[in-house]
Amino acid sequence: MVNVRRTIRTGACAVVVAALLATAGAAHAAKPIGKRIVLDNGMVLLLAEKRDLPVVTVSMAIKAGSMVEPADKPGLASLTASLLMQGTARRNATQISNEIDFVGGSLSVSGGSDFASAGLRVLKKDLRLGLDLLSDVLRNPVFDQKEIDRKVRETLAGIQSQKDEPGVVADDAFTRAVFGSHPYGRTNDDVAAYLPRLKKRDLAEFHGAFYGPDTAIIAVVGDVSEQEIVHLLQEYFKGWKRAPRPAPSIAPMPARERRDVIAIEKDITQANIVLGHIGISREDPDYYAVLVMNYILGGGGFSSRLMDNIRDNRGLAYSVYSSFSAQKEPGAFSAEVQTKNESANEAIAEILKELGRIRTEPVTDRELADAKAYITGSFPLRMDTSAKIAGILTAVEIYNLGLDYPQKYPALINAVTKEDILRVAKRHLHPDRVVIVVVADQAKAKVH
Amino acid sequence: MMRFRIIAVVFAMLFAAAPAVAQDLKVTEKILPNGLKVLLKEEHKAPVITFQIWYKVGSRNEQLGKTGASHVLEHMMFKGTKKYGPKQFSRIVMRNGGNDNAFTSKNYTAYFQNFASDRIGISLDLESDRMRNLLFDAKEFLSEREVVKEERRMRYEDDPVSTMVEQMMAVAFIAHPYQWPVIGWMADLDNLTREDLERHYRTYYAPNNATIVVAGDFDTKTLLPRIEKAFGRIPRGPAIPKVGAVEPKQLGERRVAIKRKAELPAVFIGYKTPNVQHADSAALEVLAGVLSSGRSSRLYRSLVYEKQLALYAEGEYDGITQDPNLFYLYAGIMPGKTSEEVEQALYGTIDLLKNEPVTADELQKVKNQIEAGFIMGQDSVFYQAMLLGKYETVASWRLLGNYLDGIRAVSAADIQRVAREYFSEENRTVGILVPLKK
Repeated sequence: MVNVRRTIRTGACAVVVAALLATAGAAHAAKPIGKRIVLDNGMVLLLAEKRDLPVVTVSMAIKAGSMVEPADKPGLASLTASLLMQGTARRNATQISNEIDFVGGSLSVSGGSDFASAGLRVLKKDLRLGLDLLSDVLRNPVFDQKEIDRKVRETLAGIQSQKDEPGVVADDAFTRAVFGSHPYGRTNDDVAAYLPRLKKRDLAEFHGAFYGPDTAIIAVVGDVSEQEIVHLLQEYFKGWKRAPRPAPSIAPMPARERRDVIAIEKDITQANIVLGHIGISREDPDYYAVLVMNYILGGGGFSSRLMDNIRDNRGLAYSVYSSFSAQKEPGAFSAEVQTKNESANEAIAEILKELGRIRTEPVTDRELADAKAYITGSFPLRMDTSAKIAGILTAVEIYNLGLDYPQKYPALINAVTKEDILRVAKRHLHPDRVVIVVVADQAKAKVH
Repeated sequence: MMRFRIIAVVFAMLFAAAPAVAQDLKVTEKILPNGLKVLLKEEHKAPVITFQIWYKVGSRNEQLGKTGASHVLEHMMFKGTKKYGPKQFSRIVMRNGGNDNAFTSKNYTAYFQNFASDRIGISLDLESDRMRNLLFDAKEFLSEREVVKEERRMRYEDDPVSTMVEQMMAVAFIAHPYQWPVIGWMADLDNLTREDLERHYRTYYAPNNATIVVAGDFDTKTLLPRIEKAFGRIPRGPAIPKVGAVEPKQLGERRVAIKRKAELPAVFIGYKTPNVQHADSAALEVLAGVLSSGRSSRLYRSLVYEKQLALYAEGEYDGITQDPNLFYLYAGIMPGKTSEEVEQALYGTIDLLKNEPVTADELQKVKNQIEAGFIMGQDSVFYQAMLLGKYETVASWRLLGNYLDGIRAVSAADIQRVAREYFSEENRTVGILVPLKK
């Protein structure tokens, strides 16, 4: 059996960095996780030497996400990112894929909401080639019209195909309802409506304005010395400049006064339910208390209240969880579940009941101790591969966490009290003001 | 973030991305007197450890009418023993900073915990306990069966492509259990009883039907005696029943067209091919790379990029299996194109492989990809343990020692030969998803 791969959705808000960080943990290591170096062109390098394998992993975050795309051009940031790989002044799309594939490496660029991201992984012996390709696609894209047309068709087809995925349909409706015209609220439909109008000039201007050394962070993990990588990066990114344009003004997130149910009809056997509202940003002082609170509520897998109640006790669902997507701006708090159409109301009621309970009753000592034990104790697993280390390094820079973040982390978590949890649950969970999206066979689900 | 009990359909993808392992695998093997095999791969680069236990039982060991038993049993393995009651297993693991999960496939059921390296004792205690002492509480069973039905709704009932693939597999095999889905048919799930599962457990969950794989930051000399102490006292079980089914030679194309509401058509083709024990396995692996490893590969280049016939198009050799299985060719169809066009384009790619040898450059590229994937795969101790467990369960972990040599030895003529031998019309089963108008 295989798992059929589908095109990744574009346009809608991605939460990669936040997700990494939500699980970025404590530390036993005594030394900083890496070194921060500012290159001559202003680009920030975060380096963690790792010599056990002859491999180098590079991860970049570039402030060129949908947050800085014009409101009337939803998807421009994402399309720009994916078209970087489709031809430069020196190489066409075919040459780019031939070169990286020939050495068994990987190279990718993709969009996001706060940041676009680029990734490279090569054997050490191919590092020079890899950086040449990475810098070439970031610096010299040509946005050939044929490639634009091709990518637009492909993206539209991907969006159409995703209409068969009830989870995507539910997420899109939820995103729109919660974030409105704010860039975090861009949906597949917005992108699909804009793409036929996408112009080469828009892509070139967006790239020229937002891709540059002062908007980019580069994390490097692997078999390379500081001297060597700094030298190579100075060489390949020398003279990189952008023609900055002010970021567009950002529409505010809508205020919400009441509970709303959005019922979407689909001929399926399960109700796909997403409920929630605006949550917190990564820089919110309540972040760590919210992390612990949400672990107990619905983030802690089989240790969480939602899983215990809805899956283990009631057998209503295979998957049920809650999350806070904490990014530069307040992301979503959401709880998600899939259950047979007929149980939709019961599942919703139980989720709302759990939101109410954690806001009104203190968590138990055992719950708090278990949550802290997991969140701090699983730290080594959050840094056990090069890609995970690169992700944490990037987050450390984006959110100014400090290179001693791993050392500080246990104290940040262990400082959270039962009172803190009650306080942040009251402040950041609002069961009376949730949006409830239900994609289901509505005749059977009968949501009210 | 979330951890589920999952059905292992994704690991084939891992293999396609990064198959292989070193020539010197640096693995310590020990077989305990009760038949339990232990494979230890000591690796100190990060202070973490993965403990995995692989049972040689999967949907392959089931019967029609009771399909899905292995997977439901996997779920029940988290429902408590006399010593550790319901809900305790994952909570104990998480309280110790660990992640745990399990997966079931056609050929195996495996359980794992990943921890900071000083917590390995938790795995020894919990896994040795639940190898023999599962409770099978009647109420827990009924509730968990509903959970699995929800899982089936999510993965299959409400996913048009998965529905089509499931039915295509059911047609591809007529005599062998690979025909039914790992998760089981919905009616069979309703038919399963607590007693069925207990029988399945007593038959297959025994030291002589299991392999322990530990990889990561530990000392082999001190860990091995601890494993022997925890598992050595479990008595050897009765001989494991053999699966006697043999799929007869296919004598003509089989087709199945699934009509249901969907946005776009899809096509999924399976060719009967030999499995990992066979000498042609390496050539089929390289051939899969030629077809779909990276954007420079033939299917992406031709069907997705140049002709824009397909949204995705891939080939995959699913041969790390106990019995001969399939090589897949599949594609999602672009709006305005037809499944007929895409199916013919897939055959065109195959014909080219039969008629012309791949170029030296292309062959070298695929070998480079596989070798680089091998090196990069070592970044994760979990992944290394996965490879050992999977190979040992379907054949022998020692095959991994020759894996790269096998890949390096593949010639352009070999690829041409296996393409001609296996990719024939008589030997294929074709599934088409035909979208109904809404």
